[in-house]
Amino acid sequence: MTLPAFQLLQPKTLDEALDMLSAGGSVRPIAGGTNLIPDLRKGMDAAGILVDVSNLAELCCIRRKDGHLLIGGGVKIVELLDDPMIAEDAPVLGEMAQSFANALIRNRATIGGNLVNAAPCCDSAPALLALDAEVELSSAVGVRQLPLADFLIDAFTTERRSNELLTCVRVPIPPKPSYGGFVKMGLRKISCMAKIDVAVMVEANGDGTCTSARIALSAVSPVAYRARAAEEYLAGRALAGETIREVARLAGASARPREGSEYKLQVVQALAKRLLEGIGERIAGSES
Amino acid sequence: MKRREIRLIVNGRTHEVSLDANTTLLTALRDLGYTDVKNGCEQGECGACAVLLNGEAVNSCMVLAWQADGAQIVTNAGLGTLDHPHPIQEAFADAGAIQCGFCTPGMVISTKALLDRNPDPSEAEIREALSGNLCRCTGYAQIIEAVRLSAQRLRDLGSRSASSLAGDSSASEAGREDDPQDHLLAAGDVAEGGGDS
Repeated sequence: MTLPAFQLLQPKTLDEALDMLSAGGSVRPIAGGTNLIPDLRKGMDAAGILVDVSNLAELCCIRRKDGHLLIGGGVKIVELLDDPMIAEDAPVLGEMAQSFANALIRNRATIGGNLVNAAPCCDSAPALLALDAEVELSSAVGVRQLPLADFLIDAFTTERRSNELLTCVRVPIPPKPSYGGFVKMGLRKISCMAKIDVAVMVEANGDGTCTSARIALSAVSPVAYRARAAEEYLAGRALAGETIREVARLAGASARPREGSEYKLQVVQALAKRLLEGIGERIAGSES
Repeated sequence: MKRREIRLIVNGRTHEVSLDANTTLLTALRDLGYTDVKNGCEQGECGACAVLLNGEAVNSCMVLAWQADGAQIVTNAGLGTLDHPHPIQEAFADAGAIQCGFCTPGMVISTKALLDRNPDPSEAEIREALSGNLCRCTGYAQIIEAVRLSAQRLRDLGSRSASSLAGDSSASEAGREDDPQDHLLAAGDVAEGGGDS
């Protein structure tokens, strides 16, 4: 099936790409194309002009700077699997990548594309929300940064303006020790879209008390979000028994699944409980 | 819409082609005669169109041909020929991993990508690596067996060529010989229209 006609611009540099995006009209970036090309084919999306950002070196690196992990918007999901900095500073992103679609998709899909697409079942968003990430949006007139939680507005809707490119994801490197986890439930074990994603990051002090906690969910509301009530309940408490049950209950209660998917309210609780119990055991193990 | 001249290097052969912006790599390859690359779902679900793009397995239905300008592309037919099949292709035949055959080229490409990275995968790793490739006939058991067999044969070939080269002072020679399929990729004897249709 032929794709609808469009113009494809292939800038050599980021500056060139940003100029092209600011030309106005129906212009949008394309990187791996794993969402955009099927959408164009199905007629769900119309693009007059596509700006190919898949080969821009400026977008493709992972580095550390000023206590942050900087992940270029063009970094492919596959690169999160075995990058040593990701493994050391944010292993929860590696866990997420492991469950992301399949190898053929991971080799093309980018972190920037996954966030900008903002599908309700987006996998990278909950892991990055749990890491308290910010996104950097660049345009020909400047650069702005905003928390990922503010960037994601609604299903398939973000704060990105049409002349902007998501150039970087900034992850504050969690203090050590921190404990994270990611769990995905889908219709199959692998190569599936999320029915539920739960991501957790917890910092704990020497006696096992959680000093901060972030819990993020995907696919249980129009867009990924943080379960703030659950996070607040956990802060200042130790991850054990009744606390875990209450945090999991609050996480479940925050879900707003579509009609007919009310089962998710219970499954979120169960998944959150399992994840938190695992982290509780790791915290207890590291104390001794 | 303006056409543009691009260069696709497919199975070692260079093609200069003039294409519209909205032509996918899948369409470009099939129009060049590489019909071993199958057009299945066209939405990244089935993996029948998988090729190696600069060594990485991707769905060619989701790559725009212009994005592959200058890239090295390898299709199933580029791994081996009927006369000189690649050990992976041989293993697929020997294990009975082919029924209708439509998914096979993509399965072979994903297997190649897996074994290039991980010469001794577990069954779980094999299942994970093939999870982007759908087969509607076999139930996957023979396909997984074919990958296991491929891995074993490639490891055997690797150790045999390494031991036959023991004492050879030329490290770069040894490096080349270590990869038993190198000569196949370099042969360039995969004619346009190679592979079945």
